[in-house]
Amino acid sequence: MNIYDIVFYLFAAITVLSAFFVVTTRNIVYSAYYLLFTFFGVAGIYVLLGADFIAMVQLIVYVGGILILILFGVMLTNKITSVEIKTGSVQVVPAAVGVALLAGILMASMVDTKWRSVETAMPSATTQGIGMLLIQQYAIVFELLGILLLIALIGAASMARK
Amino acid sequence: MNILQIIIFTIVKILIVVTIILLAVTYLVYFERKISAWAQNRIGPNRVGWHGALQSFADVLKLLLKEDIVPDAANKPIHTLAPIIALFVSFTTYAVIPFGPNINVFGFSVPLVVADVNIGILYVLALTSLGVYAITLAGWSSGSKYSLLGGIRSSAQMISYEISMGFSIGGVLLLSQSLRPVEIVQAQSGWMWNAILQPVGFITFLVSAFAETNRLPFDLPEAEPELVGGYHTEYSSMKFAGFFLAEYANMFIASALIVTLYLGGWQFPYLDHFGLSNGWFAVISVITFAIKVAALLFFFIWVRWSIPRFRYDQLMNLGWKVMFPLSLLNIIWVAVLIMVFKL
Repeated sequence: MNIYDIVFYLFAAITVLSAFFVVTTRNIVYSAYYLLFTFFGVAGIYVLLGADFIAMVQLIVYVGGILILILFGVMLTNKITSVEIKTGSVQVVPAAVGVALLAGILMASMVDTKWRSVETAMPSATTQGIGMLLIQQYAIVFELLGILLLIALIGAASMARK
Repeated sequence: MNILQIIIFTIVKILIVVTIILLAVTYLVYFERKISAWAQNRIGPNRVGWHGALQSFADVLKLLLKEDIVPDAANKPIHTLAPIIALFVSFTTYAVIPFGPNINVFGFSVPLVVADVNIGILYVLALTSLGVYAITLAGWSSGSKYSLLGGIRSSAQMISYEISMGFSIGGVLLLSQSLRPVEIVQAQSGWMWNAILQPVGFITFLVSAFAETNRLPFDLPEAEPELVGGYHTEYSSMKFAGFFLAEYANMFIASALIVTLYLGGWQFPYLDHFGLSNGWFAVISVITFAIKVAALLFFFIWVRWSIPRFRYDQLMNLGWKVMFPLSLLNIIWVAVLIMVFKL
């Protein structure tokens, strides 16, 4: 086991453990905080894979944007009602079946796939490549995604106005 | 260089940078008080040391010795975590900002930046977005309405201005064609400073930087007349000092970032034509960087003591209806510059 493996298992442990706490903690605000560590762990694994751009975007979008919004929602609403909002377990049996099925499918596909493992040099910069692909080969997809987000934005704004 | 040498050099650089930031922040507080006194026709601190030069150290000592009070309604672990996050974010941001050219130490060419990474600017943006957490968590965990209001105001403000900040950086990236701070500095050689080529982007970034560091005229998160102390109302002793330190460190880092992005970084215009030796070139470059940062810091303090605070709706209007369209316009302007002049 070299340093690379140790760091990988460290980040993997952070991700999995904090994700576990996200769903098991009773206090919904703590759940949101644990989610922060989950996102961090994933970003760490991206860095380890040489995907520096994705790692930073993960931080900017998920940690800096989405999680802040979740935290706002949770922090400002859980004291409005006099009863504190708790997370609980309902519908245990169907959920267990669903989770078992999904885990089985994922495990099976992971074991069955013949992963290609080729020794490649670590790319020194990924940003330029991603940028080129986005504005040349995948330009239409990129623009369509932009329009999709714009529609979502307008929809949210018009709903908030009502 | 092998891996061990890189690690040693990096640790030395980290120690130097942290020491310099801590010292700079201590004296920044002193100068803030002196300049404010000057602006208001007072004397300012003048008791501890020569003209009060040791006042900040005395203040730090006082804060260290004070009792740490945590309110009953507070959420203790998060109440403690918040100032730690604030300090962590402000000190780690500096890692990617270059403060000088490559220098030769023991036969190695050492770049004067802690981490020369490809995605440096994105790293800065990612960490500034983390800064929101410190203030939000501090506001929420204190269990006081003033803290909560301060925290919410601050997050809304920082999220709004982050957008125009990011778009202003877009113009810089178009010209330098790189996300690496070192290359951004090199792209601004001679008179080609980004502040001259894209003045609108410079102004939007400057205003956003003021908003991001929660300085007046954008210091609504801690507006004293309305919110007591804002998000740090319920903090005392060294935890309060943590926020205080982080605020000034953020100011220092914002200045360094503005210098790097818009004012040519450590470059003295046309210095490479003077025929200086390598050592002198490095020394003059580092001094140039220090002077530029100091000038911007003075500007930060000057503005604080000259301009009154915005009202909250004015702040949001300015962010979304003025700064955001202007920063978009700036990107188009830079694109036209590149198309016409082939920069």
